[in-house]
Amino acid sequence: MAKAAKFDLTDDSVVVIVGTGAGGGVLANELAQKGVKVVALEAGGRYLPEDYINDEWESFGQLAWTDPRTTSGDWRVAKDFSGLPAWIVKAVGGTSIHWAGASLRFQDHEWKALTNYGPVEGANLLDWPLDSAEMASWYDKAEAKLGVTGVGGRARLPGNNNYKVFEKGALAVGYKEVHTGNMAINSADYDDRMACQQTGFCFQGCKWGAKWSSAYTDIPRGEATGNLEVRDHAHVARILHDDKGRVTGVEYFDKDGNLQMQKARIVAVAGNSFESPRLLLNSHSTMFPDGLANRSGQVGRNYMRHTTGSVYATFEHPVRMWRGTTMAGIIRDEARHDPSRGFVGGYELETLSLGLPFMAAFLDPGAWGREFTTALDSYENMAGMWIVGEDMPQADNRVTLSDTTDAFGLKVANVNFSDHPNDIAMRNHAYARGQAIYKAVGATRTLPTPPYPSTHNLGTNRMSERPEDGVVNKHGQSHDIPNLFVSDGSQFTTGAAENPTLTIVALAIRQADHITREMAAGNV
Amino acid sequence: MSQLRKQGLTRRALLSRAVATGALAVAGPGFIAAPDAAWAVEVTAISEHQMATLLQMARDIYPHDRLGDRYYAVAVKSYDVTDQKQMVAEGIVALDAAAKQAGFDNYLAAGWEDERVAILRSIEDTPFFQTVRGGLVTGLYNQKGIWPIFGYEGESFSQGGYINRGFDDIDWL
Repeated sequence: MAKAAKFDLTDDSVVVIVGTGAGGGVLANELAQKGVKVVALEAGGRYLPEDYINDEWESFGQLAWTDPRTTSGDWRVAKDFSGLPAWIVKAVGGTSIHWAGASLRFQDHEWKALTNYGPVEGANLLDWPLDSAEMASWYDKAEAKLGVTGVGGRARLPGNNNYKVFEKGALAVGYKEVHTGNMAINSADYDDRMACQQTGFCFQGCKWGAKWSSAYTDIPRGEATGNLEVRDHAHVARILHDDKGRVTGVEYFDKDGNLQMQKARIVAVAGNSFESPRLLLNSHSTMFPDGLANRSGQVGRNYMRHTTGSVYATFEHPVRMWRGTTMAGIIRDEARHDPSRGFVGGYELETLSLGLPFMAAFLDPGAWGREFTTALDSYENMAGMWIVGEDMPQADNRVTLSDTTDAFGLKVANVNFSDHPNDIAMRNHAYARGQAIYKAVGATRTLPTPPYPSTHNLGTNRMSERPEDGVVNKHGQSHDIPNLFVSDGSQFTTGAAENPTLTIVALAIRQADHITREMAAGNV
Repeated sequence: MSQLRKQGLTRRALLSRAVATGALAVAGPGFIAAPDAAWAVEVTAISEHQMATLLQMARDIYPHDRLGDRYYAVAVKSYDVTDQKQMVAEGIVALDAAAKQAGFDNYLAAGWEDERVAILRSIEDTPFFQTVRGGLVTGLYNQKGIWPIFGYEGESFSQGGYINRGFDDIDWL
């Protein structure tokens, strides 16, 4: 392997990428493979499969972003987990270490939510400036990169105990599209990664490397080109610009807490839907008093987190849901757009399990007494599923700068979120369906469980055709500043019903192609 | 993490030194112990009554009839420090006052779980109650010793996962 590159702080020919997850990590490798010089700045440390820990709280302490954030709005997370609006990762590889691996393409109609759903009162729906036809080839590339099962001739994973309960219930209530999903978890050796060993603990980082993560695929491969330098424990404070309004570099605190400035030809922001808008807002200047890329006033707005929730159920006999791949199970029948159900958009149902420690923390936060503890007493006999559906973008569901500051004195993100009536109607529908599924296989008790701290954080720098409607164009490029890009889930115009990582990866591959072309043409 | 230790005391000796703390645990000078002397926990910063009350509170907040007191004792042992002394003292004074209003000498004197739960409900919005409850979520459920009692198997990587150990062995569907 070639020695990883080392670039000078004054080298203004590099592309600086902030964040190394599914968006930033993939973009870094894709650019490096094309010969572009990249400096990737990552706030967290570097952990590889041998470092990951099969223990929920210990792993959380190792990987989770626990820097301060604040919350507001009527969502229950703001009450139960006021300082922890999201369960996402601070490490090289970002949340691609933690994700469950579900890799679904958007459905055709979801690219054009405003057109297909019509205006929804209180929602800020917009069509993506992209569609399925445009994205098909990029999805092909993303699926091949991730080794997604059930496509490209790759076999699906075998179903675990939790899946078998879920499948039997789903078929009993008449669902048709039920299988172990399209997973970025190998069912057989693929691309130098081994097959899934049904270990569980997918959320804690896959110790076998069977699940795709940029941490041990794209990042080291990018480094091997000699074109990528990853600096870990580099906490970016602000993006700088010149008097022409072009970005020129970033200031960051290095691992020793010293402020550094890395010059850049291009800056790509991929810190997730909280940190990316926070960074743009914290980079305000005389020329851009409301923050960078924010002439539209849209930076931070339209935060989406998917309409989620879980349904657990207890049975007469053991299920042992924690054994095996956590999320290899899906029912897609409710993912369609069918307003006769009382809401627009649709939702997926996917198998899910938590270990006992996290079940105690998340089953019904704040609850106590025997209603709660008798459910846990049946933990061994429990099956579980997760609801993931399209939520409505709303202008005031937004990330703003809080009065709270972090260890570096930088204002942290405040996350304001309230459910839209459409979100509530969808969640209630899904709770009823999930409970019906488990009752059909003899559930003795069903537990409609509230949403956890968010893992699907979307919007806040959304893509739009017209500059006044969003922050970036169809390439994730700022409408205002041509050499500033957004490369993570914050560029999502709407959320669709699908787990977002595959789309984030597809957009990053596509963006790398665009950046390389624009650099060659001398446009950026 | 735990200061638990097996006491070399006979049941008789324990009982003779005990003050009444309800059916749960026996308190003596500097410790509280199981009535059968199966375990004991020393107290240093807080009083025996306070530790016995915390232990009963823990049981009443997250009652699992198959979990022995020792797990709850471990979960609340962290309050036996100078830093927590005032919070605990004030909280338990308020809890015992609420019990008096309900017609009991103190919280521990309420004999039925339902009676104690009603007292707890009357203080459940206080910082004291929420601190104790919140601490138990990890203090109790993250003790690896209780996991097998719930059937939870913990880490599996060191055993090669479940690919050959029953990931799909469900036999009753």
